[in-house]
Amino acid sequence: MVEKYRHQYGSGLEAQSYLGQNYFSVDRSLIPNFLKLLRDEEQFDYCVDITAVHYPKREKQFEVIWILYSFARNERVRVKTQIVDGESVASAVPLWATANWLEREVYDMFGIKFDGHPDLKRILLPDGWKGFPLRKDYGILQQDQEWVQINLGIESGQ
Amino acid sequence: MTAETKNATNALSNLDLETPEKPYLDSNELIINMGPQHPATHGVLRVILKLDGEKVLGTECVIGYLHRGVEKIAENRTYTMFNPYVDRMDYVAAVSNGLGYCQAVEKLLNVEAPPRANYIRVILTELNRIASHQLWLGTHALDIGAMTPLFYTFRDREEILKIFEKYCGARLTTHAFRIGGCQYETYAGFEREVKEFVAFVKPKIDEYEELLTTNRIWLERTKNVGVISAEDAIALGVTGPVLRASGVKWDIRKALPYANYSEFDFEIPIGENGDTYDRYLVRMAEMRQSLRIIEQAVERIPEGPIMAKVPKVIKPAAGEIYHSIEAPKGELGYFIVSDGSTQPYRLRVRPPSFVNLQALDIMVRGLLVADVVAVIGTLDIVLGEVDR
Repeated sequence: MVEKYRHQYGSGLEAQSYLGQNYFSVDRSLIPNFLKLLRDEEQFDYCVDITAVHYPKREKQFEVIWILYSFARNERVRVKTQIVDGESVASAVPLWATANWLEREVYDMFGIKFDGHPDLKRILLPDGWKGFPLRKDYGILQQDQEWVQINLGIESGQ
Repeated sequence: MTAETKNATNALSNLDLETPEKPYLDSNELIINMGPQHPATHGVLRVILKLDGEKVLGTECVIGYLHRGVEKIAENRTYTMFNPYVDRMDYVAAVSNGLGYCQAVEKLLNVEAPPRANYIRVILTELNRIASHQLWLGTHALDIGAMTPLFYTFRDREEILKIFEKYCGARLTTHAFRIGGCQYETYAGFEREVKEFVAFVKPKIDEYEELLTTNRIWLERTKNVGVISAEDAIALGVTGPVLRASGVKWDIRKALPYANYSEFDFEIPIGENGDTYDRYLVRMAEMRQSLRIIEQAVERIPEGPIMAKVPKVIKPAAGEIYHSIEAPKGELGYFIVSDGSTQPYRLRVRPPSFVNLQALDIMVRGLLVADVVAVIGTLDIVLGEVDR
């Protein structure tokens, strides 16, 4: 499977493995096609999770990760791509309905936008909240004090 | 027309009422709010319902009331320090959460728990699955209007909590396992008590079924309610008993075995229709299968160490891992990124309740308001895990 795609995509795709788990590092522009290919031709019909990691020191700060599973092959695979802050990724909602809430959570926590998502808004934090808590520059005690004062009527949430 | 009624008509017309051109019972859409404080939402879940009379046209879930930022906390704690936090996600199945986390870190460290530890883990996790299903059954039946099962299930769940308490000192947030195995050796009489529990609870499960399985009210309220097809369930990433009730024979304990589940003989119960009744039957059957696993495990539990050789300071090499287990609610996964330090660089929890809750919308469309309560119950969500 890996060989086939490396041939097809050339340098935009890299297949790796760590502790027996396989993952693909894919160029951002190839993501929509590659995910579709995995679902339609390789039977990865179950999208387990979508998440992201923030690496503030890298030039491309964010890594977006899709964890996919195939019932037919009984196999799990991860797909990841790197993006710079402010760049968006194609939404996977047309491929897997479950991506809806998962992408909203990634947006909520990291501020990464997904193109073509039907209703991209915060999910766990309140709508008016400022900041994205799972970014590395967001402190563990940090809060949107203004929101807390206006909405909860207290000086500080601490 | 008598003079009296004529007067009455005049009086009405004086009131300047709109002439009833529209039908008497207006059918405007109605938006109502269920929760966040509502006993039937099993926590702080707010559901905005769009209704036509009593028919549900659509829903929107507002979640996050219990958001504690577990993933952020993980980045600021060592691997060992974070261990008790996972108990606070799905707090009715704390043992399962701990197993998933410990195994994920073990995988990252490339160590394996010794056989005796695995047996203890399996026994406690399966006991926890029964406790979780019992709590689900009691509260779900209560939501629908059957009050008796609640008392039965809580009475019997107590016996499991007693075993937990004797084993590790805690009843709910157990923190039963450590990275590399178990901290505590089993107490004297553990095997006997577990065997006694199995013998005790077997007829009790029949008792629950006697109350509900052929009960006409129960059938009316659950049959063909909240149907979800296998295709929809897979597309929505639904896992656990909800997926299996739709006819998909998939259980991580069989598909990608972890701990020593491959050594045990058990079946995966599945349903046909994907309705609330089938989900009920699947969970009842799962309790019996869990008992089968416990029986086998307690017979074969070997002697030996309970901790693998794990360094005092846990410092996994840089890399990332995804590990998931079959929690009572579905696939509970941990995605951990290590940068070689003592703290996880990133820890992501793949919560089954969160993903399953997303299916609520398509399951309740076209049903009545009262059925929403039944469907929330049948999804078996725990808000601590939805919001993390």
